[in-house]
Amino acid sequence: MLPELSRPFDGDMIMQSKRKLLRLLKEKEQGAVPLKIAVLGGSTTSDIIKILELFLRDRGIVPSFYESEYAQYWSDAVFGNKELDEFKPELVFIHTTSRNIEEKPRVNEDESSVADKLSREYERYERMWTSLSEKFGCVIIQNNFELPSERLLGNREVGCAYGRIDFITRLNCKLYDYARSHKNFYIHDINYLSAAYGLERWHELRHWHLYKYAMSVSAIPEFAYSLANIVCSVMGRNKKVLALDLDNTLWGGVIGDDGQSGIEIGSETSEGQSFLRLQEYIKAHKELGVLLTVCSKNDLENALEGLNHPDAALHPDDFACIKANWNEKWRNLEETAQELNLLPESFVFADDNPAEREIVRTQLPEVTVINFDDPEECIRALDKCGFFEVTSLSADDAARGEMYRANAERAAAEKKFASYGDFLRSLEMKAEIRDFDPVHIPRITQLTNKSNQFNLTTKRYTQTEMEAVATDNKFIRLCGRLTDKFGDNGIVSVVIGKKEGKSLHVDLWLMSCRVLKREMEFAMLDRLVEECRSAGIEEIIGYYYPTKKNGMVAGLYEEFGFSRIASDENGNTTWRLETSKYSPKTKAIKINESEN
Amino acid sequence: MDKETVKGRLTKVFRNVFDDDAIELTDSTTADDIEAWDSLEHITLISAVEKEFKMRFTMKEVSGMKNVGEMMNIIAERAKN
Repeated sequence: MLPELSRPFDGDMIMQSKRKLLRLLKEKEQGAVPLKIAVLGGSTTSDIIKILELFLRDRGIVPSFYESEYAQYWSDAVFGNKELDEFKPELVFIHTTSRNIEEKPRVNEDESSVADKLSREYERYERMWTSLSEKFGCVIIQNNFELPSERLLGNREVGCAYGRIDFITRLNCKLYDYARSHKNFYIHDINYLSAAYGLERWHELRHWHLYKYAMSVSAIPEFAYSLANIVCSVMGRNKKVLALDLDNTLWGGVIGDDGQSGIEIGSETSEGQSFLRLQEYIKAHKELGVLLTVCSKNDLENALEGLNHPDAALHPDDFACIKANWNEKWRNLEETAQELNLLPESFVFADDNPAEREIVRTQLPEVTVINFDDPEECIRALDKCGFFEVTSLSADDAARGEMYRANAERAAAEKKFASYGDFLRSLEMKAEIRDFDPVHIPRITQLTNKSNQFNLTTKRYTQTEMEAVATDNKFIRLCGRLTDKFGDNGIVSVVIGKKEGKSLHVDLWLMSCRVLKREMEFAMLDRLVEECRSAGIEEIIGYYYPTKKNGMVAGLYEEFGFSRIASDENGNTTWRLETSKYSPKTKAIKINESEN
Repeated sequence: MDKETVKGRLTKVFRNVFDDDAIELTDSTTADDIEAWDSLEHITLISAVEKEFKMRFTMKEVSGMKNVGEMMNIIAERAKN
């Protein structure tokens, strides 16, 4: 990621250098995901779009935009127009603000009349969302309403039927009600953002009167960053791992010198409290499916002593991997990534030592490094970075840490067996491989959008698209869950094939790397062939499209017994399997044994 | 502040905003001379100039300045450092 676009950034500098930054991003762009975004504005959106593009490109998304004519958000959303219809947005961002509230309450207006205004105002919005999702089935991001900077009634703007802040607050609540009950709809919380930025600075009236920007031009980068976080999260670009230093990061002092009783952690001292608060904040990330790891220059024994401090919130079993040794940290991070079967680009690294941070930045630039000097700053840096922005949580997210820990136990068990086959049989694996169940669509979509390595086509789907696939009988779909004696891995593999006559074209074949080398890919193939035969399909056509990250599956179809029937200069290959000639390959996994 | 200093610093701002190191400013330079200088980029330019010279243009000046010469005169008069 470009240092100029990393937090804490200088918003004015980004605004001034946006052309140069865009040029730099274009120069180093590789393997980015395209995304069509329609921005429907109630005020000027030009620079919002330009800066949003910078942050999205910086995180591997190349957007193309439709921009509504000035303040035409409502008619574009409700009545549409040819240009927008042809653009077919995958994501619509409705950039409205308190400036777009059409009927504000009057002083002394009676309660029922204000309530009518509130309903009318809200219904304008709901009508837009309904119309957009019916027409495009797209993701919708809607700003909520920010507070005004002036208050005619003073504190009476709240707790009073005709108070304007009261009105805005109630309107926001109606937006949230809708968000709670609708998928693919996300609130962009500019009410929080403007408050955190400072309402008086946010409402730069000159920029409204001169250019019709609903916020200070200087605040646009903050705004665009926050918006980009939602987009990145929806597109599965969240980070997955938070790797942590120990001494003076998770506790005060040096465990090797000060010993367990000498480090600052816990409620006894103010310094200890601030580190405890940080540990609690970090620990809560586990509920979001973020994996925690340790990367510390320490003897392992000392590191564990620190983590076993009785007043600490984080303990050894909270971490998916603990690297405490005297090797270079970037090497440890690289090893951790390999052990967890994740890419370094999924890592965020937190270390209080600027020198260590710099080495990791230069030696392993894929890892994102956050800057801070003390525990309070560390919380703020993590809180504002948006790398773990939540847009949907699946049951698998909360259990992810547990799954990775079970993997570590498997790795230990593996060493005890004479052959790999013996080891696999000892796992007592059971797979459930079936058609998509509606309750699993969010997890299937999430897995699809974030799998990069074991992914043959790297095709991405929005949840709406996935729902459409799930109900269309043109497709054969399989999602696979793998369980063994160490635990449930959850849904780990997805295959989608499109039927054309007697052929099945495999649009999507992916698997989570946490079940590599467990025969799960063969189990999926066995089931796919079985489904094809019962649907009268005679041949399966598979496609491999190489990316920077999916080299591990370049030979998968060959291993499956497909024959190569085409290839091009970009390394794309096409493969064919006759279903009649196939015999099942799975040996160590029992498939679909339980009743369902 | 003397006009030569203003011109030097202003040139840097222009080159950064329009990402073009070939830009040379004169008193008579206008938006017509710089391809990327449209009404939308004018906003970025004005904000950047205000930051550089720690001063503010009035709203009338923002929309009324006819050329770079006028801009430099205002800056020379009002810039603090």
